[in-house]
Amino acid sequence: MSNESNMRRVTAIRNGTVIDHIPAGSALRVLELLNIGKGTSVPVSLVMNVPSKRKGTKDIVKVEDRELTQTELDRLALVAEGASVAIIRAYSVAEKLEITLGDEIVDVVRCTFSNCITQNPREPLAHRLRVLSKDPLQIRCHYCGRPQDLDELVQNVI
Amino acid sequence: MTGLITMADLTNEDIVEVLDAAERLLPAARGETSMPLLSGRILGNLFFEPSTRTRMSFETAMKRLGGDVVNLGDVSTSSVVKGETLFDTIQMVDGYTDIIAMRHPRQGAARYAQDAARVPILNGGDGAGHHPTQTMLDLFTIRQAHGRLDGLDVVLAGDLRYGRTVHSLSHALARFDCRIVLASPELLRMPPEIVEDLRAGGASVTETTDLYGALDSADVVYMTRIQKERFADEDEYVKVAGAYKLHAKHLGEVRQDMIVMHPLPRVDEIHPSVDATRHARYFEQAFNGVVTRMALLCRLLGVDVPGGEA
Repeated sequence: MSNESNMRRVTAIRNGTVIDHIPAGSALRVLELLNIGKGTSVPVSLVMNVPSKRKGTKDIVKVEDRELTQTELDRLALVAEGASVAIIRAYSVAEKLEITLGDEIVDVVRCTFSNCITQNPREPLAHRLRVLSKDPLQIRCHYCGRPQDLDELVQNVI
Repeated sequence: MTGLITMADLTNEDIVEVLDAAERLLPAARGETSMPLLSGRILGNLFFEPSTRTRMSFETAMKRLGGDVVNLGDVSTSSVVKGETLFDTIQMVDGYTDIIAMRHPRQGAARYAQDAARVPILNGGDGAGHHPTQTMLDLFTIRQAHGRLDGLDVVLAGDLRYGRTVHSLSHALARFDCRIVLASPELLRMPPEIVEDLRAGGASVTETTDLYGALDSADVVYMTRIQKERFADEDEYVKVAGAYKLHAKHLGEVRQDMIVMHPLPRVDEIHPSVDATRHARYFEQAFNGVVTRMALLCRLLGVDVPGGEA
């Protein structure tokens, strides 16, 4: 199935954000990281496991009337490395961005280890996690060195 | 300037250089000669957790080199109890001193302190994390006994889960191509990420619960205390307390030059009958804490120890 027909599964949006090329199966985590859930009033469309030329299969999320900030994009790098983001204004692509995961994640999430020095909320230094490998994803705390579990990590977004 | 937070902060060449410098400092460590190499320098001792050997040996090391020491003192009477952050404490002590030795109950505290400080930090233990200055004295003791660090058969035994000394030491031994046997009760196995790191580095690592079966092919047997204070649940502690009790009778078939080490304090994991054997090395090991910390203080403060190669 072509990319065009994938996009036609959900209607075009007037204003908002389209996140394409999300690794298949990760769309729900994307929604979690964007705090999109029960209390959300803007229209949100989601497709999962559709064919992709680049990745085999992929997920897509469209959020109407909301432009993602850089901080939100940084968070998404945890679960949607390589996804592309289009900011839509008046049915046209106003900005195109790519989500990339660097070697270090700074002040995006807190270390999940209960005895890490960063658990004291009054300590002022940045929360820093090191990305050891992207595939498979291996992340460790810069300070305590503990490996981070992704399911726990997404609960620790700052 | 960077300090010593984990063994990854030192290359193998660095380790050998520090051990060589420590050899040259032995007469000064014993008080036989005066080497005031750090005269006018001040060490800040920040021990947020109880410590006898590490704190005293840092203090002795600094004083043997003609330097001075300021202590945080009892945590219960310091500003820490008033809720001061580690960041703020470090900012203050950083201004008072030239180098800081610290121990903290939270893992990652030493790395955090180094990021907050201008002076070098020597990690004297951070939670169940690392204890690299202990590793340096352990390596010094091993080299003293065997004349080398490379390719030895080393058994690490006891509390490998919470024992920070064995976490740091295993990393160092792996880098010197030692074959490592990890002997512990199931509940206290080495954290999987450490075993993974050791194996990823190409080390030969065997895990077992049978300490006694591993003794006869060892060059070094490194015992550790099962640390009651690390258990949240006393019942869990009781299950594993006293799991290993090394007695002189277990040493009948071991290699002649095998050494038994322990970071001390011991409870009952090494019976006093071992003390009188040729294998016991834990009291020398404790003394070696002074001389290796002298060498580390010199290195991190950029002071050469005389007598090395030009």
